[in-house]
Amino acid sequence: MSSITQTGPIPATRAAAGAPRRPRRNRGGFVLGVTAWVVGLLFVLPILWMLLTSLHSETSAATNPPSLGAALTLQGYREFFGSATGTSPWPSLLNSITASVLSTILVLLLAIPAAYALSIRPVRKWTDVLFFFLSTKMLPVVAGLLPIYLFAQRARLLDNIVLLIVLYTAMNLPIAVWMMRSFLVEVPKEILEAASMDGAGLTRTLRSVVAPIVSPGIAATALICFIFSWNELLFARVLTSTAAQTAPVFLTGFVTSQGLFLAKVCAAAIVVSLPVLIAGFAAQDKLVQGLSLGAVK
Amino acid sequence: MSVAVDTGQSSHGAVAGASPQTDRRRRSEQWSRRGPLLPALIFTIVVTQLPFVVTLVTSFMNWNAYYPKERGFAGVTNFRRVLTNVSTRHAILTTIVLTATVVLVSLLLGMGIALLLDRKFFGRGAVRTMLIAPFLVVPVAAALLWKHALYNPQYGLFNGLLTSVWRLFGSNNPPQVDWITSQPLIAIEASLVWQWTPFMMLILLAGLQSRPLDIIEAARLDGASSWQVFRYMTFPHLRQYLELAGLLGSIYVVQNFDAVFTITSGGLGTANLPYTIYQTFYNAHDYGRASAAGVVVVIGTILIATFALRTVSTLFREESR
Repeated sequence: MSSITQTGPIPATRAAAGAPRRPRRNRGGFVLGVTAWVVGLLFVLPILWMLLTSLHSETSAATNPPSLGAALTLQGYREFFGSATGTSPWPSLLNSITASVLSTILVLLLAIPAAYALSIRPVRKWTDVLFFFLSTKMLPVVAGLLPIYLFAQRARLLDNIVLLIVLYTAMNLPIAVWMMRSFLVEVPKEILEAASMDGAGLTRTLRSVVAPIVSPGIAATALICFIFSWNELLFARVLTSTAAQTAPVFLTGFVTSQGLFLAKVCAAAIVVSLPVLIAGFAAQDKLVQGLSLGAVK
Repeated sequence: MSVAVDTGQSSHGAVAGASPQTDRRRRSEQWSRRGPLLPALIFTIVVTQLPFVVTLVTSFMNWNAYYPKERGFAGVTNFRRVLTNVSTRHAILTTIVLTATVVLVSLLLGMGIALLLDRKFFGRGAVRTMLIAPFLVVPVAAALLWKHALYNPQYGLFNGLLTSVWRLFGSNNPPQVDWITSQPLIAIEASLVWQWTPFMMLILLAGLQSRPLDIIEAARLDGASSWQVFRYMTFPHLRQYLELAGLLGSIYVVQNFDAVFTITSGGLGTANLPYTIYQTFYNAHDYGRASAAGVVVVIGTILIATFALRTVSTLFREESR
């Protein structure tokens, strides 16, 4: 663990600090607790509204003032998955799954050995390498877009999911290297030494000693890479058209139909966001570490 | 960008007069260390660094896909066109305003919320989960949600709530606002603040929870007020986390494309640089000018990134101490 998280006897002090609270502070604490609840509800309100609207019929979704108690229906979802626009969202959803899952696997295959060479058995100047990876993440994607487009045109890779997989792998690799390194440095040196003294080879050490310790870290890294790939719009929008179109691109083209469409759009937004919400809540504890590229735990 | 893979020289300090055999063994030992790193490193260089080199070259070229015969060296013409063009200059300004507003407002909100969540109260876990949720809505979906379900002047939630509240007080004449048309940039900023506040909150909360609480409790016992504890103990500790959150947030928000593309399609004066570059390249096919604008964004980002890297490396050094 890092010295940032490890700040002495927190649990003990926290418990001790809680006990002798005076009643005056308790009332203040109650008010602050209620405030926190109100703020939390305000932030989640748009999502609840989106959920409620997606379950209304188009006519009761488009009322002013809003009709909260209107009858619930799955019509919006049914229309999203088929009849409404004439185009099924399944190919786009499948493309998104393919691009996100395969790029995540590729990222892990590249990042775990790299992180190993930057932590457990470090190369010389490993900090420089680590910061090189980080610096690539800071360059704006849009500035590399044109050469990639022209290359794809020449190589006949436009509208091909393989191109997106490669790009998403490159996009997430720095995050994964930083995250995986921060998990691998937590493997105690003594255990590794003991394993090698007992005659365990590299493969066996990795499999039976390192893997069990870092597997939660691998899972968190995978979930975060999955989220970023799933969310990506700019590359997908420019480099795909019909065959390799991903779910976010499908969403941008969804609001072209005439008439009332609010319930459908909300249903679409929920369906497309669902994998990210699930992955995000699953990785909740490690989310900070991933978002701060492993700098904060 | 320089890549720091060492070549030659042993990691254990070359001993003068070492036999060729130990030298060879040392070298092979180094390559076995480098081996696992190389695939990731080479992949990253090829996919992320080469395109930027091409962009840099193209930015000095006269290259429009509509006029393929006029391709050639253009010197700094593209940069002059980018920097003198009114709409690009406006896009640069929009990018700065958008990024600064979103990052500062979500930092402030995030800090307030992190302070609220740092104390124990009933259902803290549930509130934390609710607060993370906006960050976990796909950006395009979030933009669509704000544009259609919240901002829509006829039946969006905001105007709907105005109607309900006015009715409550017996008025049939509620104010109805066309949110996006009247305040296009603020409309985009609000949706982004909603998505980025959780990000700031998470990093700041992690910072708060790493405070040395025993020292703070000691200060309290010595009679320090809550404000004094915040001002002289919490805030200085939190500063590097504020910097980190702000800089990482800036790097992501500077690049924002999804919200601008979805909510206004760059109209009403909201086109930022990424959107402008996308248009110059995707619709106008002016590759030279798009590349020059891209180089401008890179230079701007490098300015932020230098500070960001410094902050990360400070945290990093503390961690490995």
